[in-house]
Amino acid sequence: MKPKYFSIPYVGWMAIFVVAPIILVFIYAFTTPTGALTLRNFSDMGLFMPVFIRSFRLAFISTIVCILLGYPVAYILARENQRVQRVLFLLIMLPLWMNFLLRTYAWMSILENTGLLNQLLTALSLPPVRIINTEAAVVIGMVYNFLPFMILPIYSVIVKIDRNLLEAAQDLGANSLSVFRRLIIPLSIPGILSGVTMVFVPAVSAFVITQLLGGGMVFLLGDLIEMQFLGTAHNPHVGSAISIVMMLVVIAFVIIMNKFGAGEERTVGL
Amino acid sequence: MKKKPSFFARFYMAFIMLFLYAPIFVLIVFSFNSTRSRTVWTGFSFQWYQRLFSDGTILDAFYTTLIIAALAAVISTVLGTFAAIGFYNMRSRWRTPLTQINNIPMMNADIVTGVSLSLLFISIGSLLRFRLGFGTLLIAHIVFCVPYVVLAIMPKLRQIDRNLVDAACDLGCTWMKAFWKVIIPEIRPGIINGMIIAFTLSIDDFVISYFTAGGNIMTLPMQIFSMTRRRVSPEINALSTILFLSVLTLLIIINVRDIKQEEKLKKRHAALNN
Repeated sequence: MKPKYFSIPYVGWMAIFVVAPIILVFIYAFTTPTGALTLRNFSDMGLFMPVFIRSFRLAFISTIVCILLGYPVAYILARENQRVQRVLFLLIMLPLWMNFLLRTYAWMSILENTGLLNQLLTALSLPPVRIINTEAAVVIGMVYNFLPFMILPIYSVIVKIDRNLLEAAQDLGANSLSVFRRLIIPLSIPGILSGVTMVFVPAVSAFVITQLLGGGMVFLLGDLIEMQFLGTAHNPHVGSAISIVMMLVVIAFVIIMNKFGAGEERTVGL
Repeated sequence: MKKKPSFFARFYMAFIMLFLYAPIFVLIVFSFNSTRSRTVWTGFSFQWYQRLFSDGTILDAFYTTLIIAALAAVISTVLGTFAAIGFYNMRSRWRTPLTQINNIPMMNADIVTGVSLSLLFISIGSLLRFRLGFGTLLIAHIVFCVPYVVLAIMPKLRQIDRNLVDAACDLGCTWMKAFWKVIIPEIRPGIINGMIIAFTLSIDDFVISYFTAGGNIMTLPMQIFSMTRRRVSPEINALSTILFLSVLTLLIIINVRDIKQEEKLKKRHAALNN
């Protein structure tokens, strides 16, 4: 038996459990409950336009915040000595071992109107804030859940940057700001790009975070899809159409971003 | 890139750690609260831990989660190991499209993987007369675990010196023997890594389980979700505290051992050089 045939069972598995389900989603999206072909599921999509816009906007904001918060973490981490790096790295990954529903639920306790944050503010005789059930709470939840997925790829790229390159730049008269701006940032673009994909995709399709921290006030694509499949609106055909449009927009976004990123990398000019 | 981290860097890291650990700290503290409140501290008690160990629903969900995760990890590791070896030995004309299909469950939004599988299970189920349940849940977990196993093993395969296999064959090994005696030991770290990733992904998954488990079976994340719609019992805090502390202890043990081993190696190295 040749080794290349080892993968036959898995190829069969993929045909049934990876490819067939996606084909089914397409079939559902283009048919009515009675089985007739239709484009209605897509032409009705205009109704959900506000939900699409809100989802992509919040996912976009969360991704930007993750870059702004995560990049310095990855950079500082990469400059520490080996042992500190190892400990900090573990500390950043450790929360992922706790179920994300629980951690998000804990944010409810913190952000609620009578929650821990407001208790703290009142104790400091500061005015309380209203965060829970707003878009801000959903963004905090997303950033919290997905931040490690932004730090990890950026860190692994920065750690691998050749130190000689940085020293050479300094020897040639670059100050540390321009080394950072013209070498480290451009060289870490690939890490940022994979971080963006790892944050943006789950953020756009999130639905549990919105139910816990948005309290039903912030309705996103994930909630819409869930409602069509398991909820009150039950219409898997419309749900399939929404899923397809969502994934196509995400794929387009990732492709455009990678094109842009490939251009950036070339400007480093090595 | 070596410089003493500035005060600002230290301060910033502390802020991020506070952000990452505040909710976990809250969860742990309120697992010891004497009332149900999750924002007002009323006194210390172990009652939620006691109740946890007599709560059938939560314990059942916990066992289901463990059984599904163990089965999914083992099955997807076997499937993924053979798949990775197969892919590796293919021409790129076949390998490229197949690895891309393999990547789909990883790249796709969880909710899309979940709903597409539920459509499949419901349509086949109505033909073959089965319902959503343990079987469909297990299959769904294997579907999203195998890609990560393949991803963990592929780099190890690329590192194998092909001459090793040839040498084994020249020395009279059959191909099968070379497979078990050379290839598998060489990629073992990748296999173990893949299995650990599969196990943890499976334990943590909520979204895909939610769409593929049906109404009769619940994993722990599903149980937590259904509780958040009403009110989470602090028993769940107690359970997650136990889980968190176990993971923490495990990580500390592993890392202390690693560091000690490294130091031993360094010392031996220094001794040899002198």
